[in-house]
Amino acid sequence: MLQITNLHASVGDVEILKGVDLQVNAGEVHAIMGPNGSGKSTLANVLAGNPSFTTTAGDATFEGESLLGMPPEDRARAGLFLCFQHPIEVPGVRLDHFMRAGFNAIRKSKGMDEYDVLKFDRLLNERVDVVEMDRNLTKRSVNEGFSGGEKKRNEVLQMAIFEPKLSILDEPDSGLDVDALRIVADGINQLRRPDNAIILVTHYQRILNYVVPDQVHVLIDGRIVRSGGKELALEVESRGYDHLGRPAEATQASG
Amino acid sequence: MTTTNQVVRDVAKQEYKYGFVTDVEQESAPPGLNEDTIRFISAKKNEPEWMLEWRMKAYHHFLSLLDGERLPGWANIHHPPVNFQDIIYYSAPKAKKELASLDEVDPEILSTYEKLGIPLQEQKRLAGVAVDAVFDSVSIATTFKEELAKHGIIFCSMSEAVQEHPDLVRKYIGSVVPHTDNFYAALNAAVFSDGSFCYIPKGVRCPMELTTYFRINSEGSGQFERTLIIADEGSYVSYLEGCSAPMRDENQLHAAVVELITLDNAEIKYSTIQNWYPGDDEGKGGIYNFVTKRGICQGRNSKISWTQVETGSAITWKYPSVILRGDDSIGEFYSVALTKAYQQADTGTKMIHLGKNTRSTIIAKGISAGHAQNTYRGLVRVMPRATNAWNFTQCDSLLLGDQCGAHTTPYVEVRNNSAHLEHEAFTSKVSEDQLFYCNQRGISIEDAHSLIINGFCKEVFKQLPLEFAVEATRLLEMNLEGTVG
Ligand SMILES: Nc1ncnc2c1ncn2[C@@H]1O[C@H](COP(=O)(O)OP(=O)(O)OP(=O)(O)O)[C@@H](O)[C@H]1O
Ligand SMILES: [Mg+2]
Repeated sequence: MLQITNLHASVGDVEILKGVDLQVNAGEVHAIMGPNGSGKSTLANVLAGNPSFTTTAGDATFEGESLLGMPPEDRARAGLFLCFQHPIEVPGVRLDHFMRAGFNAIRKSKGMDEYDVLKFDRLLNERVDVVEMDRNLTKRSVNEGFSGGEKKRNEVLQMAIFEPKLSILDEPDSGLDVDALRIVADGINQLRRPDNAIILVTHYQRILNYVVPDQVHVLIDGRIVRSGGKELALEVESRGYDHLGRPAEATQASG
Repeated sequence: MTTTNQVVRDVAKQEYKYGFVTDVEQESAPPGLNEDTIRFISAKKNEPEWMLEWRMKAYHHFLSLLDGERLPGWANIHHPPVNFQDIIYYSAPKAKKELASLDEVDPEILSTYEKLGIPLQEQKRLAGVAVDAVFDSVSIATTFKEELAKHGIIFCSMSEAVQEHPDLVRKYIGSVVPHTDNFYAALNAAVFSDGSFCYIPKGVRCPMELTTYFRINSEGSGQFERTLIIADEGSYVSYLEGCSAPMRDENQLHAAVVELITLDNAEIKYSTIQNWYPGDDEGKGGIYNFVTKRGICQGRNSKISWTQVETGSAITWKYPSVILRGDDSIGEFYSVALTKAYQQADTGTKMIHLGKNTRSTIIAKGISAGHAQNTYRGLVRVMPRATNAWNFTQCDSLLLGDQCGAHTTPYVEVRNNSAHLEHEAFTSKVSEDQLFYCNQRGISIEDAHSLIINGFCKEVFKQLPLEFAVEATRLLEMNLEGTVG
């Protein structure tokens, strides 16, 4: 489904991704861990087409088509979804209107009929249950004044509405209380299907007890330095990242 | 790939869709302003002596301003001086004979209004909306007249009102905006050619929206219309004004005066969708829209509400205001001003609290793109007798791009300590992050802008009558069209 080869990306003159390779197949869950600032969100944003980043080398293909040069809305319409680490506030725009606009734009691009307010409301009523979210929240401005936990639930709610093929979840678990963590994790599990895939960025082993990954990758300084099974997450949790080391050149470069 | 800058450029470059010219034979006064011009206009309209005298007085006052202080210098607008001798003050489609009905109106003109989306023919009329169509200096047609007459409502052109209802006109004209008010009010009083007149009798709730559509067609002409609306005790009317003009390289002047009067327990809701030609991408041409609009809540417990959506004109200078004379009266001002390319808008309101327990609300939303400058200028004045006056003001600005400007200049004068005033203001910019967030949900940059802008304007749009709220949304969207990456 997703094939990343030797991907390099920068912000301005600073290179952040320094050659990432990753393959994700339908039905799989991949966890990505790594220290702060190692490039996890950058990878997620580059895949989603955030124009603040430039891809300098390598490629990423989604269902056989290169993502590079594809506008972000087209990637979304093709079924790629990013759950933001820091969801953006859009003052004045009602969340339910916002979601319907996106939902219909995606349907329209596929030649499917658009949902009117009533039909979309029904869908929304059904999907808010996935994350046990208060329906009233969807009548407020997008993310404006939402608590940290509400923002995360909102992201997973949108994932439930859009039913993407590939979901990239950037720390959906950070800042959640124990109950919320279980609810969000359950929600993600409900959305797991043999024909879709999930990349889950996290700092904590805990969410992986609920959303069990097929593979765990450790990203350090813009490269994946280790890949393994679920047990790699436990190793990271108990021993930290230092022992995983860095690739030789990077170690030399940083002195 | 689409970048925000590209989009902002596109937004700023929107094309004007109403820029065509109608080919009709026109009858005009020679360009220039002197006593003869005024006599010519007055004679054309077969006006009584008092009306001509009224004009002359205004004209001489205008001359004194022209010699002395000239133009108001305080507004944040910049333009070369207007040469008042170059303007044609009267221009009208040549009528072949007296018109007995709408069917006799020049088909060219009817089709002009049709192209503008304002059908005047019986069979195609806008449902439930009575329209007065003003073409250059004259009113072409007023629809639904008989229906309105059943309720005793007078809705006709100003010229007709001077003939048919001289007492009402004489009593109220200039009572809210005297010719001494300002430079353009003086000019308008001297040369006004037509406009709408409306009188709602005691206790009548006007059963439909009343609309005037102003169209400037002729080259070199100015439009100086005058509108007067009187709501008698306990009556209610909702009135809407729309406008457009052909695209021309030279600037054309539009200097209108609107006066509203509400007596005890009456209410007037006045909405404007202003879409005069704004000039081209480089700022060439366009309408100078210098307008004086004011209402007086004469009676107690009466209400005047202004709603405006300003998207056109090279320069807009207008401050629809309310004088709250009656105790317990209410004044409202809701405004959206969109400026792009090289447009300039200096707009706002004045709320003058004279009576006790008077309340006013001001919600002003400015949107700027391109090189446009958008200024909110407002005054809230509470006079000594106005115990328990209340005002809420909110003026917000939204910037699209970084070459445009937004300015807010609120003035407050309080001479009664019991007044309660609140003021809020914020300026925001559509951020790259917001656009990316929308894009990531499948929403194009263009639709993202229109979502954000509609969200920004919704407090104002919800004040518009439903059909016109849809129209206003469409107009803003049209202004954003063509934003493909
Ligand atoms: N827009 C930007 N401008 C400048 N530097 C940036 C920008 N975005 C990211 N960076 C830098 O790139 C590096 C990687 O950031 P990134 O957000 O990808 O880290 P992360 O692995 O997600 O960290 P965390 O675990 O803290 O979320 C950091 O050093 C960060 O400061
Ligand atoms: Mg991150």
